[in-house]
Amino acid sequence: MSVQASDSAVALGRAPGWTAVSRGFADPLGRLGLALVLLLLLTAVFADVISAYEPTKMLPRDRFLGPSYEHLLGTDQLGRDLFSRMLHGGRVALMVAFPAIGISLALGIFFGLASGYAPKWLDNALLLLFDAIRSFPTVMLALALATIIGPSLQTVVVVVILFSAPAYARIIRTQTLALRSAEFVLASVATGASIWRVLGVHVLPNIIGPILILVSMDLPVVITTEAGMSFLGLGVRPPTPSWGSILNDGYSFIRESPWLAIAGGLPIIITTIGFTFLGEALRDAYDPKLRKDG
Amino acid sequence: MTPLLSVRDLKVRYPVRGALAAALTGEGTHIEAVSGVSFSIARGETLALVGESGSGKTTVARTIAGLVKAHSGSVLFEGEELTRLGAGALKAVRRQMAIIFQDPVGSLSPRLRVGSILAEPFLVHGLGITPAKIDRLLDLVGLPKEMAERYPHQLSGGQARRINVARAIALEPKLLIADEPTAGLDVSVQGEVLNLLNELRERLGISMLIITHNLHVVRHISGRMAIMYLGRIVESGPTLRLFAQPRHPYTAALLSASPRPDPDDLPQRLEIVGEIPSLFRRPSGCEFHTRCPFAREKCRFEPPAATAPASGEFFTCHFPLNAIQDDGRARP
Amino acid sequence: MEPALSIGGLSVAFATPHGALKPLRDVSLEVRKGEIVGIVGESGCGKSTLLNAIMGLLPANGRIVEGRIALGGTDLIGLGERALDAIRGDRMSVVFQDPMTTLNPVLRIGRQMSDIQYRRQLTGSNKKARSLAMLARVGVPDPAQRMAQYPHELSGGMRQRVAIAMAMLAEPELLIADEPTTALDATLEIQIVRLLKDLQKNTGCSILFISHHLGLIAELCESVAVMYAGEIVERGSVRDIFHRPAHPYTKRLLDCDPARIAGPTARLPTIPGDVPNLVAIPPGCIFTDRCPSAFTPCPGMKPAQRRVAEGHVAACHLLTATLPNDATVIGSRS
Repeated sequence: MSVQASDSAVALGRAPGWTAVSRGFADPLGRLGLALVLLLLLTAVFADVISAYEPTKMLPRDRFLGPSYEHLLGTDQLGRDLFSRMLHGGRVALMVAFPAIGISLALGIFFGLASGYAPKWLDNALLLLFDAIRSFPTVMLALALATIIGPSLQTVVVVVILFSAPAYARIIRTQTLALRSAEFVLASVATGASIWRVLGVHVLPNIIGPILILVSMDLPVVITTEAGMSFLGLGVRPPTPSWGSILNDGYSFIRESPWLAIAGGLPIIITTIGFTFLGEALRDAYDPKLRKDG
Repeated sequence: MTPLLSVRDLKVRYPVRGALAAALTGEGTHIEAVSGVSFSIARGETLALVGESGSGKTTVARTIAGLVKAHSGSVLFEGEELTRLGAGALKAVRRQMAIIFQDPVGSLSPRLRVGSILAEPFLVHGLGITPAKIDRLLDLVGLPKEMAERYPHQLSGGQARRINVARAIALEPKLLIADEPTAGLDVSVQGEVLNLLNELRERLGISMLIITHNLHVVRHISGRMAIMYLGRIVESGPTLRLFAQPRHPYTAALLSASPRPDPDDLPQRLEIVGEIPSLFRRPSGCEFHTRCPFAREKCRFEPPAATAPASGEFFTCHFPLNAIQDDGRARP
Repeated sequence: MEPALSIGGLSVAFATPHGALKPLRDVSLEVRKGEIVGIVGESGCGKSTLLNAIMGLLPANGRIVEGRIALGGTDLIGLGERALDAIRGDRMSVVFQDPMTTLNPVLRIGRQMSDIQYRRQLTGSNKKARSLAMLARVGVPDPAQRMAQYPHELSGGMRQRVAIAMAMLAEPELLIADEPTTALDATLEIQIVRLLKDLQKNTGCSILFISHHLGLIAELCESVAVMYAGEIVERGSVRDIFHRPAHPYTKRLLDCDPARIAGPTARLPTIPGDVPNLVAIPPGCIFTDRCPSAFTPCPGMKPAQRRVAEGHVAACHLLTATLPNDATVIGSRS
C-alpha cells in the first residue's frame, strides 16, 4: 500500500465505497443523470400539484390540440391533457419500477446468498431453478401471465420480478462464492459467528455496491418493460395513464397529432438516459476506487 | 497433566475431481493435504509448525480452528473431541481458541471500522461490549485509542497485524493459532508482532501454535518445532536442538537454505534437487526420497517408521543424520 | 569502460490531489559492466518507482523531474517511446516477482519463448533451438516437454526459471530482477539465486537485484545500495554494508533481521514509527524521526553523501569529521 494511498484515505476517513459515490457525482454525466432522475422523482410525486388538469378528465371539444399555455403538451384523442397524463404516467412507472426492483433484489439477495454459501447440492438445485425461469422468453411469459391473471399493474410487476430476481440471484451468488473463502469471512466464522451474521455483516455489505449500480441501470429497463407491456395492452388498463399506453395511442393517432407519441416517448427516453448515466458514473467511480485505494 | 491440545493421526482431504474423471485419468478423487499428523501442546506452551508450500501446515491450522473438516483422526482440545462436535458446542469451543490469518489487512472486514471488528467476538458470544473494553484491547497490543475509528485500508501491515492479534485475544482464549504472523511485514516491523506474541504469552499464559516457513522467526518465538513435508511431520523436537543437530535431511536442508545476512557466512548448503512433488503424485516409500541427497534403495520402497529418541522428539527417516561434520556438511 | 547502468541525481514526482508526491529524490547509482548490484529497501522506499523510471514505465501522473538514466552509453530519459521499446526486452530485461503474471496463461511456453525473440531474424526452428538451450541452462528438466506446456502446468519455481530464461534470451546488457524469489519457498530461493550467479558468470551480463531479503542480497550481490523513503542512504560493497554499516538505518535494519541475532531472544529489535509522508518532505534528513542517533542538524539540514571509505558512501550528519559543539542527541529510541 503506497504512502500516498494511506494518507489520502486517512484524510478522507470514509468507508470505502462512499468515496466512489462522491466521485460519481463529480462526473458531469453523472450529475446530469442524477438531475434527470431527481426530476423524474419530483414530477411524479408532485404530479397533482404541477398539472392543472386531472389526467382522466375528458374535454371532448378539445381533442388533438397542440401545445398551448393551457395545455403544455396539447391534448389526446379524448381531450385529456397530455402534460398531466405524462406526469401521472411517471407515477405508474415508479409504482412498477420500485416495488418490482425492490422485491427482485430482496429475492435475489436471499437466494443468491443461499446458493453461494450452501452445500453443492443445494447450489445446483437453485441454479437449475434460476436457469429454468430465465429460459422462458419474456414476451411469451408476459402474454401467458396476462391471460391468466388479467392485465394490470400487478401483472407487470410480477413479470419483472420473474425476470430480474434470477439474474440478480446469479450475480449475488458469484460474488458470495468469491467472498466465501476470504480471510475476513473465515475470521468471523472462526470467532463463532452464526451464518446470518457472516452473511449479513461481512458478505452482503461487500457485494452490494456493484449490485446497486446494476440495479440503477436496470430501472430504465423495467420502465421500458412496463411501457412495452402497456403498449401491447398487457399492462395497466385505461384510463390510467402509463407512458406505454400513451405511446400506444400516439402510434394509433399519429396522423391526428404527433404530440401523443412525444408525450409517451419523451419521458421514457429521458428517464432511461438519466438512470443510465447515473449508473455508469457510479460504476466507473466504484471500480477504479476499488482497485486503487478504495 | 493432560495437554491443552492433542492431535492424533489427523488426515484432511480435498476433493479434486468427480468419480468419472478419476476413473478416466487413473488418479484419485481426492488429494490428501494432511496425512496423519500427531502432536500436542501443553498449557502455556508454544509449538511451531514449519514447512514449505504444499506441506499442509495451513490446513492443519484451519482444521484445528474448525474451518476445514477432518477426514479422520482426532483433535482433542481440553479433552473434547473437536472433529465430531455439533455447531452449538463448537461455538463454545471457539471462545477458547483464536486464529490469526496470513493476510493482515485481508483478515479485516473492509467495510467495518476497527472498533466494530474488535467488538465482534464479544457480540457473537453474547458478552457486553463497551468502548472501554475496545480501548483496553488496543492498549494491550500497543495501539492508540484513535485506531478504533479507522478502516482496514487505512492501516499499515504492522498495525493491521496487531488489530488481528487484539481481536484474537479479545476473549482471552487458551490457544492462539497464528498462520504466518510475519508474512508481508518488513524486517524492521516483524519484531513488533513477535515481541507482542511473546509478551502476551508471558502475561496471559496463552498456548500458541505458530505456522511459518521462516526458521529464523521460530528460534525467537517457539521452544518446540515440527517440520512438515507433504502433509506429514518428518521431525519434531526442541527448537534449539533441531537447529544444532537436525536428524532428518529435510530439516537440515531447510536450515541451510535460509541465506544469512552476511556475505562471508555462506553455509555449506545441503543440496536438495528438484521441487516439491505434487500431492497428486506422492512418491513411494519415504516421500522425501526424490529430493534427498542421501536416499538409498530402501528409501524408495519402504516408508520409514517414526523413531522417538527422547521424549517430545521424533523423526521419520531410515538413515538419519548423526552429526554435523567439521566442514559444516551433515552426513548420515 | 562505460557502466552498464548509470543513474545520476534522479528525482521523480507524481501529481496527486494532495500535492506533488516525491517517491524518488536525488537517487544516484551505478552498475558496472558484469557487476551484480543489489538494492535493499522496505515497503515505501521507492524501489518499484525506480524500476519503473528506468524502464520508462512511470504512470501517467508521474514524471522525471531531474537527473539522468543511461544504459551503456545511451541516455534513456530523452528517448521517445519507440526507441525505448527497442531497448526494453533487448538491451535491458526484467524478471518480476510473480511469474504467473509475466507469462501469458493462454499460450504455451514454447510459443512465448519464440515470440519474445521476434527482434532477431531467425527461423522458427532456430528460435526453438535457442529456447531449448536456454531452458536447459536455467535448470529446467525435460525442456522439450515443458515447451509444450502451459504456464499453469508448471510450478512456481519452474515458471520463474522460464521467466529468467526468457529474459536472458535477449542477451541483455542489464538484467533487472525485482523481488524474483519473494513468492517462492526457501529451498527454491537459493536455487534461483544460484542460477542468477551462474548466468552472470557465464554471460557477463550485469544484474540489478532488488529485494527486501537481506540474506539473499548478501549472498548474491557485489555492491549494495540501501534505500529509504525515496533516497539512497548508503552505498558500498556488500562487505561494507553488512560488516561496516555507516548509516543508522542500515545498522538498525541489519539489527532487526532475526537471522543475525545469535541467541533466541524474547525482545527482537524493531524500527518504531512509519515511513514519512512523501508529499510534505521534511527539510532535514529523511530518517530523523526514527533515528536513534538523531541530533541537532538532522531535522533542519539534509545530509550530503559523505565518503566513509573507498567506494562506500552514506548520507548522514554523524559522518562529518567534527561535530559542532552544541550537538545534542534529539531522540534516543533503543
